[in-house]
Amino acid sequence: MFDLTIVTNWVHGLLTGWMPSMPWLVTTIECVLVGLFLLVAYSVIAMIYIMYERWVCAWIQCRLGPNRVGPKGTLQIFADVIKILQKEIIRLWSTDKFLFFLAPFLVVTASVLTFACLPWGKGFQIIDFNIGVFFIVAVSGIGVLGVLLAGWSSNSKYSLLGAMRSGAQMISYELSVGFSVLTIVCLAGTMSITGIVEAQADGWFLFKGHLPALLAFIIYIIAANAENNRGPFDLPEAEHELTAGYHTEYSGIHYGLFYLAEYLNLFVVSGIAALLFLGGWMPLHVPGWEGFNTVMDYIPSTLWFLGKAFFMTFVFMWIRWSFPRVRIDQLLALEWRYLMPIGLVNLVVMAVVVTQGWHF
Amino acid sequence: MDELKDKILALCPQAVADTSGELLLVTVPDAAWHALAVALKEQLGFDYLTALVGMDWKTSLGCYYYLTNSATQEMLHVRVETADRKQPVLHSVADVWSVANFQEREVYDFYGIAFIGHPDMRRFFLRNDWVGHPLRKDYDTSDELNPLRLTDEQNEDDTQRWVEDEKGRVTVVKDKVFADDEYVINVGPQHPSTHGVMRYRVSLDGEVVKKVDVVSGYIHRGIEKLCENLTYMQTLLYTERMDYMSAMQNRHCLCLCLEKALGIEVPRRAELIRLMMDELMRLSSHLLSYGCLTMDQGATTAFFYGFRDRELIYDIFDKTCGARMSMSYHTIGGVVADVHPDFVADVRHACDVIEKNLAEYHQLFTGNVIARNRMVGVGLLSREQALDYAITGPSGRASGVSCDVRKKHPYSLYSEFEFDEVTRTEGDSMARYMVRMDEMVQSIKILRQACDKLEAEEGNEYCAKVPKVIKLPEGHWYQQVEASRGAFGVYVEADQESKPFQKPYRMHFQSPCFNLVGVVDLTCRDNLVADLITITASIDFVIPDIDR
Amino acid sequence: MEVKIKSMKHEDFKDNEYIDGLVEQLRAGGTNIVVGKLDQLINWGISNSLWPFCFGTSCCAIEFMCLGAARYDMARFGFEVARNSPRQADYIMCQGTITYRMAPVLKRLYEQMAEPKYVIACGGCAVSGGPFKNSYCVVKGIDEIIPVDVYVPGCPPRPEAFFYGLMQLQRKIKVQKYFGGVNRKEKFDEALAQPESM
Repeated sequence: MFDLTIVTNWVHGLLTGWMPSMPWLVTTIECVLVGLFLLVAYSVIAMIYIMYERWVCAWIQCRLGPNRVGPKGTLQIFADVIKILQKEIIRLWSTDKFLFFLAPFLVVTASVLTFACLPWGKGFQIIDFNIGVFFIVAVSGIGVLGVLLAGWSSNSKYSLLGAMRSGAQMISYELSVGFSVLTIVCLAGTMSITGIVEAQADGWFLFKGHLPALLAFIIYIIAANAENNRGPFDLPEAEHELTAGYHTEYSGIHYGLFYLAEYLNLFVVSGIAALLFLGGWMPLHVPGWEGFNTVMDYIPSTLWFLGKAFFMTFVFMWIRWSFPRVRIDQLLALEWRYLMPIGLVNLVVMAVVVTQGWHF
Repeated sequence: MDELKDKILALCPQAVADTSGELLLVTVPDAAWHALAVALKEQLGFDYLTALVGMDWKTSLGCYYYLTNSATQEMLHVRVETADRKQPVLHSVADVWSVANFQEREVYDFYGIAFIGHPDMRRFFLRNDWVGHPLRKDYDTSDELNPLRLTDEQNEDDTQRWVEDEKGRVTVVKDKVFADDEYVINVGPQHPSTHGVMRYRVSLDGEVVKKVDVVSGYIHRGIEKLCENLTYMQTLLYTERMDYMSAMQNRHCLCLCLEKALGIEVPRRAELIRLMMDELMRLSSHLLSYGCLTMDQGATTAFFYGFRDRELIYDIFDKTCGARMSMSYHTIGGVVADVHPDFVADVRHACDVIEKNLAEYHQLFTGNVIARNRMVGVGLLSREQALDYAITGPSGRASGVSCDVRKKHPYSLYSEFEFDEVTRTEGDSMARYMVRMDEMVQSIKILRQACDKLEAEEGNEYCAKVPKVIKLPEGHWYQQVEASRGAFGVYVEADQESKPFQKPYRMHFQSPCFNLVGVVDLTCRDNLVADLITITASIDFVIPDIDR
Repeated sequence: MEVKIKSMKHEDFKDNEYIDGLVEQLRAGGTNIVVGKLDQLINWGISNSLWPFCFGTSCCAIEFMCLGAARYDMARFGFEVARNSPRQADYIMCQGTITYRMAPVLKRLYEQMAEPKYVIACGGCAVSGGPFKNSYCVVKGIDEIIPVDVYVPGCPPRPEAFFYGLMQLQRKIKVQKYFGGVNRKEKFDEALAQPESM
């Protein structure tokens, strides 16, 4: 399987060959290149996702979806981007201006940071920490701050209600996400993202980990949906109760940033699901089927990762467009009365499974 | 009728009873009215205030109260008036029938009659700073008095009460709707889930609703006043623009009322076509309310499925009437034109498709655990409350009130058809939703029978002979039909003055949604904000029908 | 110059004189090629990404819902992202009667929208007061309150008519001058900008 570290090492060698006396400049240039790549990938993925959602939603609802702008509607998203970039940004008088303008950037920063940690393929990731998973869980928490600030600084009752709801919701469900991630860390024996992926070389954790892994997967899907403010848990922006929730007062590109982050977060949670349960960029291997395994190995690892992430996204969209919205008290009861205790027990069971060596 | 008359005269010797009209008319002086009202409700069982019609008889102002005994379906109406045109006051019956609360506010708005003992005497439809009372015959319509104001309304919290002490002196007491320290959130008039331009001012404690103040009138177009300047044929137009989801039934109601006044016999085939159109409209309306209810709870896909099937019904309307909405199809004496040749086949097809899809709807939404959690036991309305607030239609039947006008006061050809009146006893949002879903099955049943009957019908007569100039005899009539959302009533009063074309002296539309909105505060209290949306969606009112 | 709408010919539209006149008037002074191309790009973006602000007061709103539903599906044009907050919407489609009580609300909502913003008056009531013209409390056409770009008559208009109106709006947007033309900076009024007492 192709390893992208060859390319990165070559670029590094080339740059050091040019300016051997200035290693700091080499590092700076590399950082800028990586940053640029990251931002470009970020916006491209977000745009693809917005269209993906619109087509999937149309398909589920027996509609056609965008098909007029450009061939098959593919240019629709560019029209939207141009539109939203030139839209007026309304400066409200009764808001806390600094916080009001800071909030969308906080939300985007959180999603860029989590996005940066995803392993895109073999050797194709920004940095390989030994605490990678821990870092993801930590930085995704910044998003809550952005949402809370947006609601608070807008000085609008609807926004405030939306922000309060989302604060309660995201903080609660972070626990469940954490527990299901911990369950897998326990199974893999490492927090490093590469380590987790490589541990799945001979079988994905979803199949390897027995019942606890399956349970953790289900809990993860529910909790990730909730943390993402999507699906049946879109209370913070519940359109039919709070008009647009915490971003009611935002216009133009500020609103665009929220919109962008929402879809990127969807990619991030799908990516993490793929990483933890579906083997990340590892190809599908069935023990014993040598020919099949070799064919699978020829598919580039990046495609494997993206394919899995897109599949997970489809599941999230399917859930979103099928279920009605839950109520705030039901939402919290679901987390604190069911998901969290089950997650805790599940973690213990997983620890027992691992120590006894019952997993495959 | 005579028996009832004797009973009432025994209860209230000052009353004058008149049995010459279609219903027993009791005229009572204002001072004796409240006592009689209590007696009528408690001793004679008249527990359902069907309609309250404000009137201006030029020399005096007053009201007609149409009352129904919900057990025997006996009806009568009471006339109460006051000769004082400067500061007219009557006694309120809001404590006897709670539905009178909003009805009396409407009368106060239109005629300026203040009701003694009413808890919250504010205008209902017009702005707080409106000058005059538009339905009075001497109302000045000039634009200088009430120009188009682009400033916001002020003093929304102020209300007033008329209080009478033991000596009979009437004083006005100022009140506040909300206390100063309440967290009041404004839902509407432009809000995605108010289904139009309704506005609630909701006092919250955290996310729990403490009180809902309904502010209506954002689409009040003054239809009743407009009707007074049109001929009878022209007034038909407005019935479709009140509850546009029961356009056919509403128009049918006014046609029936005028036919009753004129003594016109409608051909059987025409009546059959009308009935089928009514039921198609009901199907369409219930599909819409399914869609809106699901969308308000976030299940967007279900909404699209509901709309997919409505298109079938729209096609039928389109073919026969030439329009998808506001069909203008019923007319005095029958219908405007004969049905399209494909009509029966199309109806059968639509029935089959919708019947099949109903199972899919139940699968998608009804059995869903989230939907059940959100609707079961939410927004309870007991049978007594429903009667007290005169809640009819699917919402009333969900509380166990048997109030289907098609069964209770059969009109058109409904007595010939086999169908069940769907009632439930739970009285929660789920029951209201389920009643609608089950009524669709009944409508399909009626339509299938009607298709057979229409095919068997000979001839192609679709309208009776109706005089070119419609001239009603002097008098007043009241007719009700079962619209999609409850009992829709029309009150018509004719005099002989306006010439050469006769115009109605007074036309009042008793819309079911007007009563439905009265229970919003009652059902939403102590529920969450999210429940407010569920409850209002399950009660399912159409705002232009409330505001008229 | 012609204004192109996908799969609609110039002669398919009715009041072409109006649009042609508008084009002529706007192009009279000639355009800088760079600015002109940029204008076209931006106008293409705006016209293909019109997000409606749901403002239905009566029956026209039901037909508007049909517009979004499966048979007519306005998502094909990219119009489906209906926003409930005026700040994020591009055009306000006024569906239904506006009464004296509603008028200040409509005006306020219009003012809350971010530029560039457009208005479509749908249905007889919004266009001229419709059947309620003689009423004591109905606004005789919303153009008394806010500027209207496109009128869609009908009671209520059919979904096809809505689409026709939307395409006319697209044509109008495609000829507008983005730079220097329409979006002149309004003078900042200190007196109006004072925060309201909450």
